Amino acid sequence: MTYTGRVLRVIYLGAEALVAEGEFLGYEAVFKLRLRKPYRAPELDREIIRRRTLAEARLLLTLRELGVKVPAVLYVDPVEGLIVMEKVRGRTILSSVGSLSRGELCSAMSRAGSELAKMHRSGIAHGDVTTANMVLTDSGDVYLVDLGLAKHAEDLEDLAVDVHLLIRVLESSHYSIKDEMFRCFLSGYREVLGEEMTKAVLEKVREIRLRGRYIEERRLEVRTKMFHR
Amino acid sequence: MLVLGIESTAHTFGVGIVSDEPRILADARYSYVPKVGGIHPREAADNFITNAPRVISDALRSAGVSVGSVDAVAVALGPGLGPCLRVGATVARALAAYYGKPLVPVNHAVAHIEIGKMLTGAGDPLVVYISGGNTVIAALYGGRYRVFGETLDIALGNFMDTLVRELGIAPPYVVEGVHVLDRCAEGGKYVEMPYVVKGQDTSYSGLLTAALRAYRSGARLEDVCFSAREVAYSSLVEVAERGLSQLGKEEVLLVGGVAASRYLVEKFEAMARYRGVRLYVTPPKYAVDNGVMIAWTGLLLYKHGVTVEPERAYVRQRWRLDSVDIHW
Repeated sequence: MTYTGRVLRVIYLGAEALVAEGEFLGYEAVFKLRLRKPYRAPELDREIIRRRTLAEARLLLTLRELGVKVPAVLYVDPVEGLIVMEKVRGRTILSSVGSLSRGELCSAMSRAGSELAKMHRSGIAHGDVTTANMVLTDSGDVYLVDLGLAKHAEDLEDLAVDVHLLIRVLESSHYSIKDEMFRCFLSGYREVLGEEMTKAVLEKVREIRLRGRYIEERRLEVRTKMFHR
Repeated sequence: MLVLGIESTAHTFGVGIVSDEPRILADARYSYVPKVGGIHPREAADNFITNAPRVISDALRSAGVSVGSVDAVAVALGPGLGPCLRVGATVARALAAYYGKPLVPVNHAVAHIEIGKMLTGAGDPLVVYISGGNTVIAALYGGRYRVFGETLDIALGNFMDTLVRELGIAPPYVVEGVHVLDRCAEGGKYVEMPYVVKGQDTSYSGLLTAALRAYRSGARLEDVCFSAREVAYSSLVEVAERGLSQLGKEEVLLVGGVAASRYLVEKFEAMARYRGVRLYVTPPKYAVDNGVMIAWTGLLLYKHGVTVEPERAYVRQRWRLDSVDIHW
Protein backbone atom coordinates (compact mmCIF):
# COMPACT_ATOMS: atom_id res chain seq x y z
CA MET A 1 0.00 0.00 0.00
CA THR A 2 1.33 3.38 -0.94
CA TYR A 3 -0.52 5.86 1.22
CA THR A 4 0.98 7.69 4.16
CA GLY A 5 -0.77 6.71 7.31
CA ARG A 6 -0.22 5.36 10.76
CA VAL A 7 -2.45 3.18 12.89
CA LEU A 8 -2.04 4.11 16.53
CA ARG A 9 -4.67 2.22 18.43
CA VAL A 10 -7.25 -0.50 17.77
CA ILE A 11 -10.45 0.84 19.22
CA TYR A 12 -12.95 -1.80 18.38
CA LEU A 13 -13.10 -5.33 17.09
CA GLY A 14 -16.60 -5.49 15.69
CA ALA A 15 -18.43 -8.41 14.20
CA GLU A 16 -17.48 -7.34 10.74
CA ALA A 17 -14.40 -5.20 10.92
CA LEU A 18 -11.48 -4.07 12.95
CA VAL A 19 -11.67 -0.38 13.68
CA ALA A 20 -8.52 1.51 14.58
CA GLU A 21 -7.59 5.11 15.15
CA GLY A 22 -4.55 6.73 13.70
CA GLU A 23 -3.35 9.36 11.36
CA PHE A 24 -3.69 9.62 7.60
CA LEU A 25 -1.99 12.35 5.55
CA GLY A 26 -1.95 14.47 8.66
CA TYR A 27 -5.64 13.97 9.50
CA GLU A 28 -6.89 12.22 12.59
CA ALA A 29 -8.43 9.16 11.02
CA VAL A 30 -10.38 5.98 11.61
CA PHE A 31 -9.26 2.83 9.77
CA LYS A 32 -11.94 0.28 9.11
CA LEU A 33 -10.61 -3.06 7.92
CA ARG A 34 -13.10 -5.77 7.03
CA LEU A 35 -11.91 -9.12 8.30
CA ARG A 36 -11.94 -12.44 6.53
CA LYS A 37 -14.29 -14.85 8.22
CA PRO A 38 -13.08 -18.40 8.81
CA TYR A 39 -16.68 -19.64 8.73
CA ARG A 40 -17.46 -18.40 5.21
CA ALA A 41 -16.41 -20.12 1.98
CA PRO A 42 -13.45 -18.06 0.65
CA GLU A 43 -15.17 -17.11 -2.64
CA LEU A 44 -18.24 -15.91 -0.80
CA ASP A 45 -16.12 -14.12 1.78
CA ARG A 46 -14.03 -12.21 -0.80
CA GLU A 47 -17.15 -11.16 -2.68
CA ILE A 48 -18.94 -9.95 0.47
CA ILE A 49 -15.91 -7.97 1.62
CA ARG A 50 -15.34 -6.34 -1.76
CA ARG A 51 -19.00 -5.53 -2.31
CA ARG A 52 -19.62 -4.11 1.16
CA THR A 53 -16.44 -2.01 1.20
CA LEU A 54 -17.23 -0.42 -2.14
CA ALA A 55 -20.87 0.16 -1.28
CA GLU A 56 -20.00 1.72 2.05
CA ALA A 57 -17.43 4.11 0.55
CA ARG A 58 -19.72 5.17 -2.28
CA LEU A 59 -22.65 5.79 0.00
CA LEU A 60 -20.54 7.75 2.49
CA LEU A 61 -19.51 10.06 -0.36
CA THR A 62 -23.06 10.47 -1.62
CA LEU A 63 -24.36 11.21 1.85
CA ARG A 64 -21.65 13.81 2.52
CA GLU A 65 -22.69 15.58 -0.65
CA LEU A 66 -26.29 15.53 0.53
CA GLY A 67 -25.34 17.11 3.84
CA VAL A 68 -26.02 14.11 6.05
CA LYS A 69 -23.72 13.87 9.09
CA VAL A 70 -21.51 10.91 8.25
CA PRO A 71 -17.69 10.63 8.37
CA ALA A 72 -15.73 11.86 5.31
CA VAL A 73 -13.89 9.20 3.30
CA LEU A 74 -10.11 9.62 2.93
CA TYR A 75 -9.04 6.39 1.25
CA VAL A 76 -10.56 3.13 -0.06
CA ASP A 77 -9.11 -0.28 -0.97
CA PRO A 78 -11.98 -2.67 -1.81
CA VAL A 79 -9.79 -5.73 -2.33
CA GLU A 80 -8.15 -5.37 1.08
CA GLY A 81 -11.49 -4.29 2.53
CA LEU A 82 -10.05 -1.06 3.89
CA ILE A 83 -11.71 2.34 4.30
CA VAL A 84 -9.91 5.24 5.94
CA MET A 85 -12.25 7.97 7.14
CA GLU A 86 -12.40 11.11 9.17
CA LYS A 87 -12.53 10.61 12.93
CA VAL A 88 -15.77 11.83 14.53
CA ARG A 89 -15.09 12.97 18.09
CA GLY A 90 -17.80 11.92 20.49
CA ARG A 91 -19.47 9.02 22.26
CA THR A 92 -22.09 6.57 21.05
CA ILE A 93 -25.63 7.04 22.31
CA LEU A 94 -25.48 3.45 23.60
CA SER A 95 -22.53 4.24 25.86
CA SER A 96 -23.80 7.62 27.01
CA VAL A 97 -27.43 6.73 27.83
CA GLY A 98 -26.62 6.45 31.54
CA SER A 99 -24.82 9.78 31.76
CA LEU A 100 -27.29 11.91 29.79
CA SER A 101 -30.27 13.72 31.30
CA ARG A 102 -33.69 12.80 29.90
CA GLY A 103 -33.74 16.03 27.93
CA GLU A 104 -30.26 15.49 26.50
CA LEU A 105 -31.07 11.91 25.53
CA CYS A 106 -34.30 13.02 23.90
CA SER A 107 -32.55 15.69 21.91
CA ALA A 108 -29.84 13.24 20.81
CA MET A 109 -32.44 10.71 19.65
CA SER A 110 -34.30 13.44 17.83
CA ARG A 111 -31.09 14.51 16.05
CA ALA A 112 -30.47 10.89 15.11
CA GLY A 113 -34.01 10.78 13.75
CA SER A 114 -33.38 13.86 11.62
CA GLU A 115 -30.15 12.44 10.18
CA LEU A 116 -31.78 9.12 9.34
CA ALA A 117 -34.69 10.99 7.75
CA LYS A 118 -32.24 12.96 5.59
CA MET A 119 -30.80 9.64 4.41
CA HIS A 120 -34.23 8.23 3.77
CA ARG A 121 -35.29 11.38 1.92
CA SER A 122 -32.41 10.67 -0.45
CA GLY A 123 -33.50 7.07 -0.89
CA ILE A 124 -30.67 5.52 1.12
CA ALA A 125 -31.20 2.96 3.87
CA HIS A 126 -28.63 2.68 6.68
CA GLY A 127 -29.10 -1.05 7.16
CA ASP A 128 -27.81 -1.28 10.73
CA VAL A 129 -29.54 1.35 12.82
CA THR A 130 -28.48 0.81 16.43
CA THR A 131 -27.68 3.18 19.28
CA ALA A 132 -24.08 1.97 18.99
CA ASN A 133 -23.96 3.45 15.50
CA MET A 134 -25.10 6.91 16.58
CA VAL A 135 -22.24 9.15 17.70
CA LEU A 136 -23.07 12.18 19.81
CA THR A 137 -20.45 14.91 19.46
CA ASP A 138 -19.54 17.53 22.07
CA SER A 139 -21.44 20.14 20.08
CA GLY A 140 -24.62 18.06 20.31
CA ASP A 141 -24.63 16.82 16.71
CA VAL A 142 -25.37 13.19 15.99
CA TYR A 143 -23.39 11.34 13.31
CA LEU A 144 -24.61 8.07 11.86
CA VAL A 145 -21.65 5.75 11.52
CA ASP A 146 -20.99 2.23 10.26
CA LEU A 147 -22.68 2.20 6.89
CA GLY A 148 -21.41 -1.30 6.25
CA LEU A 149 -24.89 -2.57 5.40
CA ALA A 150 -26.22 0.63 3.83
CA LYS A 151 -27.78 0.58 0.37
CA HIS A 152 -29.90 2.47 -2.10
CA ALA A 153 -33.42 1.61 -1.07
CA GLU A 154 -35.34 -0.34 -3.65
CA ASP A 155 -38.65 0.41 -2.02
CA LEU A 156 -40.31 1.72 1.10
CA GLU A 157 -39.60 -1.58 2.81
CA ASP A 158 -35.83 -0.96 2.96
CA LEU A 159 -36.44 2.33 4.78
CA ALA A 160 -38.97 0.73 7.09
CA VAL A 161 -36.47 -2.03 7.97
CA ASP A 162 -34.21 0.71 9.38
CA VAL A 163 -36.95 1.86 11.72
CA HIS A 164 -37.80 -1.74 12.57
CA LEU A 165 -34.15 -2.41 13.47
CA LEU A 166 -34.10 0.62 15.76
CA ILE A 167 -37.27 -0.55 17.52
CA ARG A 168 -35.68 -3.98 17.92
CA VAL A 169 -32.59 -2.46 19.56
CA LEU A 170 -34.67 -0.25 21.83
CA GLU A 171 -36.76 -3.24 22.90
CA SER A 172 -33.72 -5.35 23.69
CA SER A 173 -30.99 -2.96 24.88
CA HIS A 174 -33.08 -0.04 26.22
CA TYR A 175 -36.33 -1.77 27.17
CA SER A 176 -37.04 0.41 30.21
CA ILE A 177 -37.04 3.69 28.26
CA LYS A 178 -37.77 2.42 24.78
CA ASP A 179 -41.05 4.28 24.28
CA GLU A 180 -39.64 7.65 25.20
CA MET A 181 -36.51 7.12 23.09
CA PHE A 182 -38.58 6.12 20.11
CA ARG A 183 -40.93 9.09 20.53
CA CYS A 184 -37.94 11.48 20.55
CA PHE A 185 -36.40 9.75 17.54
CA LEU A 186 -39.68 10.02 15.68
CA SER A 187 -40.09 13.73 16.36
CA GLY A 188 -36.78 14.46 14.58
CA TYR A 189 -37.54 11.94 11.86
CA ARG A 190 -40.97 13.38 11.16
CA GLU A 191 -39.69 16.94 11.13
CA VAL A 192 -37.41 16.21 8.18
CA LEU A 193 -39.40 13.61 6.28
CA GLY A 194 -42.84 15.11 6.75
CA GLU A 195 -46.05 13.70 8.16
CA GLU A 196 -47.24 11.81 5.12
CA MET A 197 -44.00 9.97 4.35
CA THR A 198 -43.43 9.18 8.02
CA LYS A 199 -46.89 7.66 8.22
CA ALA A 200 -46.19 5.54 5.16
CA VAL A 201 -42.91 4.29 6.67
CA LEU A 202 -44.54 3.48 10.01
CA GLU A 203 -47.36 1.62 8.30
CA LYS A 204 -44.74 -0.47 6.49
CA VAL A 205 -42.92 -1.09 9.78
CA ARG A 206 -46.15 -2.47 11.17
CA GLU A 207 -46.47 -4.72 8.16
CA ILE A 208 -42.91 -6.04 8.60
CA ARG A 209 -43.51 -6.76 12.26
CA LEU A 210 -46.73 -8.58 11.50
CA ARG A 211 -44.86 -10.75 9.02
CA GLY A 212 -42.50 -11.90 11.81
CA ARG A 213 -42.84 -15.13 13.72
CA TYR A 214 -45.53 -15.65 16.31
CA ILE A 215 -47.28 -12.32 16.26
CA GLU A 216 -50.52 -12.37 18.23
CA GLU A 217 -52.03 -9.43 16.31
CA ARG A 218 -51.61 -11.16 12.97
CA ARG A 219 -54.38 -13.62 13.59
CA LEU A 220 -56.84 -10.81 14.10
CA GLU A 221 -55.48 -9.00 11.06
CA VAL A 222 -55.99 -11.97 8.76
CA ARG A 223 -59.52 -12.52 10.03
CA THR A 224 -60.46 -8.90 9.49
CA LYS A 225 -59.11 -9.01 5.95
CA MET A 226 -61.10 -12.10 5.11
CA PHE A 227 -64.17 -10.45 6.50
CA HIS A 228 -63.85 -7.42 4.28
CA ARG A 229 -63.23 -9.37 1.14
CA MET B 1 -39.47 -32.86 43.25
CA LEU B 2 -40.80 -34.69 40.19
CA VAL B 3 -42.37 -33.04 37.17
CA LEU B 4 -43.96 -34.68 34.14
CA GLY B 5 -43.79 -32.62 30.96
CA ILE B 6 -45.73 -32.94 27.72
CA GLU B 7 -44.53 -31.66 24.34
CA SER B 8 -46.82 -31.60 21.29
CA THR B 9 -46.15 -28.37 19.41
CA ALA B 10 -45.33 -29.80 15.97
CA HIS B 11 -44.19 -33.26 14.85
CA THR B 12 -43.30 -34.84 18.20
CA PHE B 13 -45.54 -35.97 21.03
CA GLY B 14 -43.12 -36.37 23.90
CA VAL B 15 -43.43 -37.07 27.60
CA GLY B 16 -40.52 -36.48 29.94
CA ILE B 17 -40.15 -36.90 33.68
CA VAL B 18 -37.41 -35.05 35.55
CA SER B 19 -36.38 -34.48 39.14
CA ASP B 20 -34.67 -31.37 40.50
CA GLU B 21 -31.25 -32.95 41.12
CA PRO B 22 -31.42 -32.57 38.04
CA ARG B 23 -32.06 -36.04 36.67
CA ILE B 24 -33.91 -37.29 33.61
CA LEU B 25 -36.10 -40.22 34.67
CA ALA B 26 -38.05 -40.72 31.48
CA ASP B 27 -38.00 -39.59 27.88
CA ALA B 28 -40.72 -41.16 25.74
CA ARG B 29 -41.54 -39.90 22.25
CA TYR B 30 -43.70 -40.45 19.26
CA SER B 31 -42.67 -38.66 16.07
CA TYR B 32 -44.98 -38.05 13.16
CA VAL B 33 -43.13 -38.39 9.86
CA PRO B 34 -45.12 -37.23 6.82
CA LYS B 35 -44.97 -39.58 3.82
CA VAL B 36 -45.15 -36.70 1.37
CA GLY B 37 -44.87 -32.93 1.81
CA GLY B 38 -44.49 -31.20 5.16
CA ILE B 39 -46.35 -31.58 8.45
CA HIS B 40 -50.11 -31.76 7.98
CA PRO B 41 -51.32 -30.36 11.32
CA ARG B 42 -54.54 -32.35 11.54
CA GLU B 43 -52.88 -35.59 10.49
CA ALA B 44 -50.13 -35.03 13.04
CA ALA B 45 -52.73 -34.33 15.73
CA ASP B 46 -54.71 -37.49 14.83
CA ASN B 47 -51.54 -39.54 15.19
CA PHE B 48 -50.77 -37.85 18.51
CA ILE B 49 -54.21 -38.83 19.83
CA THR B 50 -53.65 -42.46 18.83
CA ASN B 51 -50.18 -42.62 20.34
CA ALA B 52 -50.50 -40.41 23.43
CA PRO B 53 -51.67 -43.11 25.90
CA ARG B 54 -48.79 -45.40 24.95
CA VAL B 55 -46.18 -42.62 25.21
CA ILE B 56 -47.46 -41.60 28.65
CA SER B 57 -47.41 -45.19 29.95
CA ASP B 58 -43.93 -45.73 28.49
CA ALA B 59 -42.66 -42.66 30.32
CA LEU B 60 -44.23 -43.64 33.63
CA ARG B 61 -42.98 -47.21 33.33
CA SER B 62 -39.38 -46.27 32.52
CA ALA B 63 -39.33 -43.78 35.41
CA GLY B 64 -41.00 -46.32 37.69
CA VAL B 65 -43.49 -43.78 39.00
CA SER B 66 -47.24 -43.19 38.79
CA VAL B 67 -48.97 -39.92 37.93
CA GLY B 68 -50.04 -39.78 41.56
CA SER B 69 -46.44 -39.39 42.70
CA VAL B 70 -45.40 -36.48 40.45
CA ASP B 71 -45.52 -32.98 41.94
CA ALA B 72 -46.76 -31.17 38.83
CA VAL B 73 -47.77 -31.65 35.22
CA ALA B 74 -46.17 -29.28 32.73
CA VAL B 75 -47.29 -28.73 29.16
CA ALA B 76 -46.07 -26.73 26.16
CA LEU B 77 -48.98 -24.42 25.38
CA GLY B 78 -47.18 -22.70 22.48
CA PRO B 79 -45.91 -21.55 20.12
CA GLY B 80 -46.78 -24.20 17.58
CA LEU B 81 -49.45 -25.76 15.39
CA GLY B 82 -52.95 -25.41 16.84
CA PRO B 83 -54.28 -28.94 16.33
CA CYS B 84 -51.05 -30.46 17.71
CA LEU B 85 -50.92 -28.13 20.71
CA ARG B 86 -54.52 -28.96 21.60
CA VAL B 87 -53.73 -32.67 21.97
CA GLY B 88 -50.98 -32.03 24.52
CA ALA B 89 -53.06 -29.40 26.32
CA THR B 90 -56.08 -31.69 26.54
CA VAL B 91 -54.03 -34.59 27.89
CA ALA B 92 -52.25 -32.35 30.42
CA ARG B 93 -55.46 -30.69 31.62
CA ALA B 94 -57.07 -34.10 32.07
CA LEU B 95 -54.11 -35.51 34.02
CA ALA B 96 -53.90 -32.40 36.22
CA ALA B 97 -57.63 -32.30 36.92
CA TYR B 98 -58.08 -36.04 37.50
CA TYR B 99 -55.06 -36.45 39.77
CA GLY B 100 -55.40 -33.03 41.39
CA LYS B 101 -51.90 -31.92 40.28
CA PRO B 102 -50.82 -28.34 39.62
CA LEU B 103 -50.65 -27.55 35.89
CA VAL B 104 -47.62 -25.57 34.66
CA PRO B 105 -47.76 -23.65 31.34
CA VAL B 106 -44.46 -23.84 29.43
CA ASN B 107 -43.32 -21.83 26.43
CA HIS B 108 -41.72 -24.24 23.94
CA ALA B 109 -38.95 -21.78 22.98
CA VAL B 110 -37.99 -21.12 26.61
CA ALA B 111 -37.87 -24.90 27.12
CA HIS B 112 -35.40 -25.35 24.24
CA ILE B 113 -33.13 -22.78 25.88
CA GLU B 114 -33.44 -24.09 29.44
CA ILE B 115 -32.69 -27.70 28.55
CA GLY B 116 -29.69 -26.48 26.53
CA LYS B 117 -28.39 -24.50 29.49
CA MET B 118 -28.94 -27.34 31.93
CA LEU B 119 -27.22 -29.98 29.79
CA THR B 120 -24.28 -27.88 28.62
CA GLY B 121 -23.67 -25.81 31.74
CA ALA B 122 -23.75 -22.53 29.80
CA GLY B 123 -24.12 -19.60 32.21
CA ASP B 124 -25.13 -16.41 30.45
CA PRO B 125 -24.98 -17.19 26.73
CA LEU B 126 -26.12 -15.55 23.56
CA VAL B 127 -28.75 -18.06 22.48
CA VAL B 128 -29.09 -19.14 18.87
CA TYR B 129 -32.40 -20.97 18.57
CA ILE B 130 -32.74 -22.67 15.20
CA SER B 131 -35.41 -25.14 14.20
CA GLY B 132 -38.10 -25.77 11.62
CA GLY B 133 -40.20 -22.94 13.00
CA ASN B 134 -37.66 -20.61 14.59
CA THR B 135 -34.51 -18.66 13.86
CA VAL B 136 -33.89 -16.43 16.83
CA ILE B 137 -30.88 -14.76 18.45
CA ALA B 138 -31.74 -14.02 22.07
CA ALA B 139 -30.20 -13.31 25.44
CA LEU B 140 -31.50 -13.01 28.98
CA TYR B 141 -31.80 -9.35 30.02
CA GLY B 142 -33.99 -7.84 32.69
CA GLY B 143 -35.96 -11.00 33.35
CA ARG B 144 -36.79 -11.96 29.79
CA TYR B 145 -35.15 -13.59 26.79
CA ARG B 146 -34.89 -10.50 24.61
CA VAL B 147 -34.82 -11.09 20.88
CA PHE B 148 -31.79 -9.42 19.29
CA GLY B 149 -32.29 -10.84 15.86
CA GLU B 150 -34.52 -13.23 14.02
CA THR B 151 -35.60 -14.24 10.58
CA LEU B 152 -37.76 -11.70 8.82
CA ASP B 153 -39.64 -14.43 6.98
CA ILE B 154 -39.15 -18.21 7.07
CA ALA B 155 -37.12 -20.14 9.65
CA LEU B 156 -33.78 -21.76 8.79
CA GLY B 157 -35.13 -25.30 9.20
CA ASN B 158 -38.17 -24.45 7.13
CA PHE B 159 -35.87 -23.07 4.43
CA MET B 160 -33.77 -26.25 4.41
CA ASP B 161 -36.78 -28.57 4.30
CA THR B 162 -38.61 -26.62 1.61
CA LEU B 163 -35.51 -26.36 -0.55
CA VAL B 164 -34.76 -30.09 -0.60
CA ARG B 165 -38.44 -30.91 -1.06
CA GLU B 166 -38.73 -28.57 -4.04
CA LEU B 167 -35.47 -29.98 -5.43
CA GLY B 168 -37.19 -33.35 -5.38
CA ILE B 169 -34.85 -35.10 -2.94
CA ALA B 170 -37.04 -35.17 0.20
CA PRO B 171 -38.90 -36.32 2.31
CA PRO B 172 -37.41 -37.84 4.36
CA TYR B 173 -35.59 -34.65 5.35
CA VAL B 174 -33.12 -36.17 7.76
CA VAL B 175 -31.36 -39.44 6.98
CA GLU B 176 -29.25 -41.06 9.74
CA GLY B 177 -29.16 -37.81 11.64
CA VAL B 178 -27.90 -35.76 8.68
CA HIS B 179 -30.12 -33.30 6.85
CA VAL B 180 -30.57 -34.03 3.15
CA LEU B 181 -29.30 -30.51 2.35
CA ASP B 182 -25.98 -31.32 4.06
CA ARG B 183 -25.81 -34.55 2.09
CA CYS B 184 -26.47 -33.09 -1.35
CA ALA B 185 -24.03 -30.20 -0.71
CA GLU B 186 -21.09 -32.61 -0.72
CA GLY B 187 -18.68 -31.84 -3.54
CA GLY B 188 -20.57 -28.70 -4.52
CA LYS B 189 -18.95 -25.47 -5.66
CA TYR B 190 -20.02 -21.96 -4.85
CA VAL B 191 -22.32 -20.19 -7.32
CA GLU B 192 -23.59 -16.72 -6.49
CA MET B 193 -26.68 -16.46 -4.28
CA PRO B 194 -28.27 -13.46 -2.54
CA TYR B 195 -26.69 -13.02 0.89
CA VAL B 196 -29.11 -11.14 3.13
CA VAL B 197 -28.31 -9.67 6.52
CA LYS B 198 -30.43 -6.79 7.75
CA GLY B 199 -28.87 -5.50 10.93
CA GLN B 200 -29.23 -8.48 13.27
CA ASP B 201 -31.94 -10.10 11.20
CA THR B 202 -31.70 -12.73 8.51
CA SER B 203 -34.04 -13.62 5.67
CA TYR B 204 -34.27 -16.88 3.74
CA SER B 205 -37.25 -16.58 1.42
CA GLY B 206 -35.32 -14.74 -1.31
CA LEU B 207 -32.49 -17.26 -1.06
CA LEU B 208 -34.98 -20.10 -1.45
CA THR B 209 -36.40 -18.58 -4.63
CA ALA B 210 -32.93 -17.85 -6.04
CA ALA B 211 -31.66 -21.37 -5.31
CA LEU B 212 -34.64 -23.00 -6.99
CA ARG B 213 -34.36 -20.66 -9.95
CA ALA B 214 -30.65 -21.49 -10.32
CA TYR B 215 -31.44 -25.22 -10.29
CA ARG B 216 -34.24 -24.85 -12.84
CA SER B 217 -31.99 -22.92 -15.16
CA GLY B 218 -29.42 -25.68 -15.20
CA ALA B 219 -27.08 -25.31 -12.22
CA ARG B 220 -25.78 -28.60 -10.80
CA LEU B 221 -27.72 -29.96 -7.80
CA GLU B 222 -24.65 -30.18 -5.55
CA ASP B 223 -23.66 -26.60 -6.40
CA VAL B 224 -27.15 -25.32 -5.58
CA CYS B 225 -27.22 -27.23 -2.28
CA PHE B 226 -23.71 -26.15 -1.34
CA SER B 227 -24.22 -22.48 -2.18
CA ALA B 228 -27.66 -22.15 -0.61
CA ARG B 229 -26.42 -23.83 2.55
CA GLU B 230 -23.23 -21.79 2.61
CA VAL B 231 -25.16 -18.52 2.37
CA ALA B 232 -27.89 -19.56 4.83
CA TYR B 233 -25.47 -20.82 7.49
CA SER B 234 -22.96 -17.99 7.02
CA SER B 235 -25.57 -15.27 7.38
CA LEU B 236 -26.81 -16.90 10.59
CA VAL B 237 -23.30 -17.13 12.04
CA GLU B 238 -22.73 -13.52 11.02
CA VAL B 239 -25.81 -12.23 12.87
CA ALA B 240 -24.82 -14.30 15.89
CA GLU B 241 -21.36 -12.74 15.75
CA ARG B 242 -22.93 -9.31 15.53
CA GLY B 243 -25.05 -10.12 18.57
CA LEU B 244 -21.96 -11.21 20.52
CA SER B 245 -20.17 -8.05 19.57
CA GLN B 246 -23.08 -5.80 20.49
CA LEU B 247 -23.81 -7.49 23.81
CA GLY B 248 -20.26 -8.35 24.83
CA LYS B 249 -21.25 -11.94 25.66
CA GLU B 250 -18.61 -14.62 26.04
CA GLU B 251 -20.72 -17.69 25.43
CA VAL B 252 -22.88 -18.93 22.56
CA LEU B 253 -25.46 -21.66 23.03
CA LEU B 254 -27.04 -23.48 20.10
CA VAL B 255 -30.50 -24.89 20.72
CA GLY B 256 -33.27 -26.31 18.53
CA GLY B 257 -33.37 -29.07 15.93
CA VAL B 258 -31.04 -27.46 13.38
CA ALA B 259 -28.31 -27.34 16.07
CA ALA B 260 -27.84 -31.03 15.19
CA SER B 261 -26.28 -30.05 11.84
CA ARG B 262 -22.61 -30.99 12.12
CA TYR B 263 -21.65 -28.60 9.35
CA LEU B 264 -23.42 -25.64 10.98
CA VAL B 265 -21.74 -26.46 14.30
CA GLU B 266 -18.35 -26.41 12.53
CA LYS B 267 -19.06 -22.90 11.29
CA PHE B 268 -19.99 -21.80 14.79
CA GLU B 269 -16.83 -23.46 16.13
CA ALA B 270 -14.75 -21.49 13.65
CA MET B 271 -16.47 -18.26 14.69
CA ALA B 272 -16.10 -19.03 18.40
CA ARG B 273 -12.37 -19.76 18.07
CA TYR B 274 -11.84 -16.62 16.06
CA ARG B 275 -13.73 -14.41 18.52
CA GLY B 276 -12.42 -16.18 21.60
CA VAL B 277 -15.83 -17.12 22.99
CA ARG B 278 -17.06 -20.47 24.31
CA LEU B 279 -19.49 -22.49 22.21
CA TYR B 280 -22.07 -24.77 23.79
CA VAL B 281 -24.13 -27.10 21.65
CA THR B 282 -27.22 -28.88 22.97
CA PRO B 283 -26.78 -32.65 22.43
CA PRO B 284 -28.80 -33.58 19.28
CA LYS B 285 -31.07 -35.92 21.24
CA TYR B 286 -32.35 -33.01 23.32
CA ALA B 287 -31.92 -30.27 20.71
CA VAL B 288 -34.93 -31.63 18.84
CA ASP B 289 -38.44 -31.41 20.34
CA ASN B 290 -38.89 -33.62 23.41
CA GLY B 291 -40.89 -33.90 26.62
CA VAL B 292 -37.86 -33.68 28.89
CA MET B 293 -37.27 -30.01 28.10
CA ILE B 294 -40.90 -29.22 28.93
CA ALA B 295 -40.66 -31.15 32.21
CA TRP B 296 -37.39 -29.41 33.15
CA THR B 297 -38.68 -25.92 32.37
CA GLY B 298 -41.97 -26.80 34.09
CA LEU B 299 -39.95 -27.70 37.16
CA LEU B 300 -38.16 -24.34 37.13
CA LEU B 301 -41.47 -22.50 36.67
CA TYR B 302 -43.24 -24.56 39.35
CA LYS B 303 -40.49 -23.77 41.85
CA HIS B 304 -41.22 -20.12 41.18
CA GLY B 305 -44.92 -20.52 41.70
CA VAL B 306 -46.06 -20.41 38.07
CA THR B 307 -49.17 -22.54 37.51
CA VAL B 308 -52.40 -22.21 35.57
CA GLU B 309 -55.95 -23.41 36.27
CA PRO B 310 -56.80 -26.23 33.82
CA GLU B 311 -59.88 -24.36 32.58
CA ARG B 312 -57.68 -21.38 31.72
CA ALA B 313 -54.87 -23.33 30.09
CA TYR B 314 -55.47 -22.18 26.52
CA VAL B 315 -53.05 -23.00 23.75
CA ARG B 316 -51.16 -20.04 22.28
CA GLN B 317 -50.01 -20.67 18.73
CA ARG B 318 -48.09 -17.39 18.57
CA TRP B 319 -46.68 -17.20 22.09
CA ARG B 320 -43.51 -15.16 21.64
CA LEU B 321 -40.31 -16.01 23.50
CA ASP B 322 -39.81 -12.42 24.64
CA SER B 323 -43.20 -12.20 26.32
CA VAL B 324 -42.36 -14.79 29.01
CA ASP B 325 -41.08 -13.67 32.43
CA ILE B 326 -38.00 -15.60 33.51
CA HIS B 327 -37.78 -15.75 37.31
CA TRP B 328 -34.46 -17.54 37.68
